[in-house]
Amino acid sequence: MPSRTAGQDFLKGLWQENPIFRQMLGMCPTLAITNAVINGIAMGLATAFVLIFSSLLISLIKKVIPNQVRIACYIVVIATFVTIADRFLAAFFPPISKSLGPFVPLIVVNCIILGRAEAFASKNSPGRSVIDALGMSAGFIMALLILSSIREVLGSGTFLGYRILGDWFEPWVIMVLPPCAFITLGILMAISLQIERKKGER
Amino acid sequence: MELVTLFIGAILINNFVLHYFLGICPFLGVSKKIDAALSMGVAVTFVMSITAVVSWAINHWILIPFGLDYLQIVSFILVIASLVQLVEMFIRKTSPPLYQAMGIYLPLITTNCAIMGLALLSALKNYDFAEAVVFGVGSGFGFTLAITLMAAIREQLELADVPKPFRGAAIALIIAGIMALAFFGFSGMIK
Repeated sequence: MPSRTAGQDFLKGLWQENPIFRQMLGMCPTLAITNAVINGIAMGLATAFVLIFSSLLISLIKKVIPNQVRIACYIVVIATFVTIADRFLAAFFPPISKSLGPFVPLIVVNCIILGRAEAFASKNSPGRSVIDALGMSAGFIMALLILSSIREVLGSGTFLGYRILGDWFEPWVIMVLPPCAFITLGILMAISLQIERKKGER
Repeated sequence: MELVTLFIGAILINNFVLHYFLGICPFLGVSKKIDAALSMGVAVTFVMSITAVVSWAINHWILIPFGLDYLQIVSFILVIASLVQLVEMFIRKTSPPLYQAMGIYLPLITTNCAIMGLALLSALKNYDFAEAVVFGVGSGFGFTLAITLMAAIREQLELADVPKPFRGAAIALIIAGIMALAFFGFSGMIK
């Protein structure tokens, strides 16, 4: 691998290797909880917390973990941080924890985290792993924000709970229901591919 | 009667893929050929049924009596991971043809959020033993139905002239959306 600067480690998560649009990882929470912006933000931050701390810990203890059982060790580390995040949300933000439902515990099987642990944190220094995790989290939060903004504005005419479209606007209820999660993400993905193709032509 | 309703509900209405958005990765990844999709579906149904039983037992006999509910996440994921490993070894010894058909999909199931989701949802909804098993088997069938239908559509799609940026993942997501819309039609079936 060619050596990269810290900036590149961070930036690649935003676009080049964006977990959702490029790598198609972590699709389940992306689709399920983006019906309101606040859910998207909470989910993004919870995932970011788990991703950053598990990347840090895994890259610190990577020399101690025997190669054969590394996946099991990663899972235990990740599950520990997910439990912390889950309990924290349940204690301090009960309504958010309720509306996210089983998707907070499900961060444990979010492939972004295990994917980064295996592909990056297990091979690189703690500092670089944290920067990489920060970049990936930023990319993930960005994608969640875009998707949930579109769905909340069109689906209920509000943004973060505040009404931004006037009374003339009849909310497209379908946008907050499951089918349009798939369709909106499909269209966004096509747009991102089109941008990439245009870049390639130049 | 309630169990029948729960079973049909788990297949058609609260379909794991189209309603709960669980198991999207294999749903998009292994739905290019019908037979592969069907084997994946069978493997998932199989593991889901066992997981439903085992996670119920752990939750009700160990975690709740000792007040350890906060260990749910860690214990479920470990149980699922070791269960998948055991099932894989068992099938390899007892039935090589079945292993040939399902083999490569089994390790993938560990990180399938549908399995973990099943364990968590049935703990969350406080199902009793019979309900948990019926929910597990029904959800497995629902997953199989969705992924097989998806594969059938995508096989036809090979011949279609899809606009370039939509090829691959994007069109698959839009098809999934239309399927979810179609499945919405079932939601009036039970109360």
